[in-house]
Amino acid sequence: MEKYDVAIIGAGMSGIAAGIRLAHFGKKVCIFERHYAPGGLNSFYFKEGRKYDVGLHAMTNFVKPGVKRAPLNRILRQLRISREELNLSEQLGSRVAFPGRDLRFNNDFGLLESEVEREFRNEMDGFRKLVETIQTFDDTEFNYPYQSAREVVRRCITDVVLEDMIFCPLMYYGSSTEDDMDFGQFVVMFKSIFFEGFARPQEGIRNIIKLLLQRYKEAGGIRRMKTGVASFKIEKGRVDRLILDSGEEVQADIVLSSVGLPETYSLCSEKIESETDIKAGRLSFTETISMFKDQPSSFNWGDDTIVFFNNRDRFAYREARDPVDLTSGVICIPNNFDYGEANLPEGIVRVTCLANYETWKMYTEEEYNSEKENWRSRIWNAAKAFMPTNSLDYSKDCIAHDMFTPKTVEHFTWKQRGAIYGAPRKTKDGTTPVSNLFICGTDQGFLGIVGSMLSGIAMANTHALR
Amino acid sequence: MTKDECKQVVLDIIAEIAPDEELSDVKPEVALREQLDLDSMDFLDIVMELRKKHGIEVPEGEYGNLVSLDSCAEYLTPKFNALV
Repeated sequence: MEKYDVAIIGAGMSGIAAGIRLAHFGKKVCIFERHYAPGGLNSFYFKEGRKYDVGLHAMTNFVKPGVKRAPLNRILRQLRISREELNLSEQLGSRVAFPGRDLRFNNDFGLLESEVEREFRNEMDGFRKLVETIQTFDDTEFNYPYQSAREVVRRCITDVVLEDMIFCPLMYYGSSTEDDMDFGQFVVMFKSIFFEGFARPQEGIRNIIKLLLQRYKEAGGIRRMKTGVASFKIEKGRVDRLILDSGEEVQADIVLSSVGLPETYSLCSEKIESETDIKAGRLSFTETISMFKDQPSSFNWGDDTIVFFNNRDRFAYREARDPVDLTSGVICIPNNFDYGEANLPEGIVRVTCLANYETWKMYTEEEYNSEKENWRSRIWNAAKAFMPTNSLDYSKDCIAHDMFTPKTVEHFTWKQRGAIYGAPRKTKDGTTPVSNLFICGTDQGFLGIVGSMLSGIAMANTHALR
Repeated sequence: MTKDECKQVVLDIIAEIAPDEELSDVKPEVALREQLDLDSMDFLDIVMELRKKHGIEVPEGEYGNLVSLDSCAEYLTPKFNALV
């Protein structure tokens, strides 16, 4: 039976990052991935000769090289990856767009401050108080107690519209809980989006995955693709061996699982006793990707990198009742980063909305395809309302398109219910009741691309390198 | 190994861990953290690179000896010389 120092389940951002750390320091480590493609929730594929990204809209946490204590620079050091290799281009500018209100922001926090002052003059003192509360919060501690972020924000800000406009991007980019979030999580997201900001490698997610895999291979890490783990054989409170989908058995001193908390527990051969219910997340999404022959700037959409929109009085971030919730969403235009002369060959517009898992799951194949077609144009129209007017004829000018639903996410990532941000409950220190089994990735609690890599690094350092 | 050679070993490791840091005028008597942007994860890496590259073990209780280049040299040089 093959025996490893560490087995990592899942070749996503957190799993590969953990693998790099362990292999670099001489551990015999193997990553097991059921899919043929690496990347997990952030991946890419080809369809009819075109490249599509899934997951990553933008990398959050953007800071200039050399900025001290910044998570981005910290993880790159830990992974021995240079800023030059990552080759990031900054966003042009983003917006939170509500009925009659716009808050623009970019990688300079001063813009958001002046926008809050313009739209919500009376809230400026409260907003400054909130910023100060965020700056003084110690987010490096793993085990701070739960605190409702809504309650903390309401102590500073009285206008519910401003409150919702602040929450909207933070929830869309990483909340696994409905309508509220843990204040610690809020602080991490606020810093990563508003204090720091958005950037993207010109080549998209594939550049990041390529760099990570290259580093992992150089360090001597082993990777087994199309090799799922079917179960963990638990004996005396520890994982004794891993049973692969093929029936093959392997052993590992330590197991790091990035497949999610409920998913990991369901792999265990014995029922795991836990103090709280471990439920799969209820928040799942759909995304349409539309390709155009020309750059979005040619049809007057050249300014916005990401637009977070909401067309109701109150912003609702909860499980969709309809197949797709058209009341809010996120528009991402990957062309609108500062690439210099080398922009992407075609115009791309991606629109993400909350979606109902059960409905999409239950459709017959025929219904599924026709509903996708139906919702694609409805999603486009909901998003269009928040964008500058243009001369596009969508049905004619869109030269290629694709769409994923919660069913697609579940099919390719094995995340229960297609919940990309995982279970509402996180295990911040990564421990489980099984002594040599640890959680990294989405359900450890750091989200986003930078967060997931940080999660893999932190869990590898804490549980497998000391 | 001389103490100066030992300081160079430590500087080489820091250069690899933190290629964006300017190391040409690090003052040996001043704490590394005061001159460079190094956090606890970076210090853990220095310890692990010492083990990986040179077979030197630094127990967790003795990390404090790595505070400055001078203290590193004081603490590590005998360990290096004991290897041969």
